[in-house]
Amino acid sequence: MHPFAYTAPATLADALRALSAAGPGTKVLAGGTTLYDLMKLDIETPSSVVDVHALRELTGIDTGGPGELSFGAGALMADVAEDPVLLSDYPALAESLAKAASQQLRNMATVGGNLLQRTRCAYFRGGPAFPCNKRRPGSGCGAIGGLDRGHALLGGSDACIATYPGDWAVALLAFDAVVDVAGPRGERTIALADLHLEPGVSPDREHTLEWDELIVRIRVPATPTGRGSTYHKIRDRESYAFALAAAAAAVALDDRGGVADCRIALGGVATRPWRCRAAERELIGGVLDEHSARRAGEAAFAGARPGTYNAFRVELGIRTVAEALRIAGERAVR
Amino acid sequence: MPARISVARMTSEAETAFTVNGTTVRLGLDPRESLLDVLRERLGLTGAKKGCDHGQCGACTVHLDGRRVVSCLMPAVQANGRSVTTIEGVSGPGGELHPLQQAFVDHDALQCGYCTPGQVMSGLACIAEGHAGDDDEIREYMSGNLCRCGAYTGILAAVRAAATQWEG
Repeated sequence: MHPFAYTAPATLADALRALSAAGPGTKVLAGGTTLYDLMKLDIETPSSVVDVHALRELTGIDTGGPGELSFGAGALMADVAEDPVLLSDYPALAESLAKAASQQLRNMATVGGNLLQRTRCAYFRGGPAFPCNKRRPGSGCGAIGGLDRGHALLGGSDACIATYPGDWAVALLAFDAVVDVAGPRGERTIALADLHLEPGVSPDREHTLEWDELIVRIRVPATPTGRGSTYHKIRDRESYAFALAAAAAAVALDDRGGVADCRIALGGVATRPWRCRAAERELIGGVLDEHSARRAGEAAFAGARPGTYNAFRVELGIRTVAEALRIAGERAVR
Repeated sequence: MPARISVARMTSEAETAFTVNGTTVRLGLDPRESLLDVLRERLGLTGAKKGCDHGQCGACTVHLDGRRVVSCLMPAVQANGRSVTTIEGVSGPGGELHPLQQAFVDHDALQCGYCTPGQVMSGLACIAEGHAGDDDEIREYMSGNLCRCGAYTGILAAVRAAATQWEG
């Protein structure tokens, strides 16, 4: 591992000052489950690290208010996953966390850091032996035409097809979450939809945060649609694996069983958390049944561009959306 | 041309104090050192095992302030001011096995034994968290601990037995 300067500031204000002072080669360390892992592989080589894991200011969870849910960026995944309000009123949010990683990792990883979890693409993680435009811009992409079984079907470019691996951001995206970001110029709010970037021609740029900014809070507008939701995640094994295909689905039904509100987002199949407005439009105002759920799944994957070994995940993804909608519909408020 | 030696810009040490199995330790740590390496190489506590060293296998599971974590993915400096429990801190004062350790023996829950310290630490936490309610829940909440000998059936039985004994 490359050497780095380490600081563990006592307050958020000190952390922001330390970040600015240390310069653009600095990384923020929270749970460490992505950053420290990639530092061991020499994929991440920060010149300095600002450790924010102990900042109590960042750990608050407030799900009791009428208007919104609020999660401090430093709250642990395990704690948010078992929040009673999430479990009853927003099961998709709770399930997206419970189905991610292992309990050990959920006890370490934070809900803010998780948003910026980096891809599991083997060519990215494999290091200098492999070309990777994300890791070394201009070096090419080993996955395109290579072993692409787990790679993105949606949102890829000629430069990169690395899958965004997270689950939590996908569920949050379905509920129009926003993130509050602090930096030397003060605090600003970004829609989660505007946080992650598609790779395009610069896959090394994955998000819209500046190097001296820090996510401090995630907020989710309250909605009764949350009750009729699920995060359905299909994996190679039943637990503790990244998604082959995943869908966050939420449905609210009117008193005659028509779909009054619908949210669909995809995980594990795209280069970023992927909202499916076209699929939602397929359902809103109509009836939710096996056929319409299937059509919504097909609409969600209409733009899929499979490669060599990942085409099976298009049909798998369509069925995952349909099944997620069935589960969400059974839970839905009428 | 001079050789480039990265050791020349060696990271400075950070004073770190934490308790391990109830004993306070104070160390000057390189911030690159994992908690697992510090436990094993500096403190001689070799119970926690290094399997993958990337948080994927669970062999290095220890408790941090009572909660299970993978010690390989934690810079040891983050343990400052906190309390660590390893498998060495689980047995009784006379070396007698903890009931969950005894359950692993009774239910043939190991073969080579390499993953066992992590399995026991994870199992203790699984029960304490209230996640050992039925077989499916135990399987789900023990999924972060791999056993390449495939002793899963015995591990499940051991955790279930200990959980039942605990409640009873």
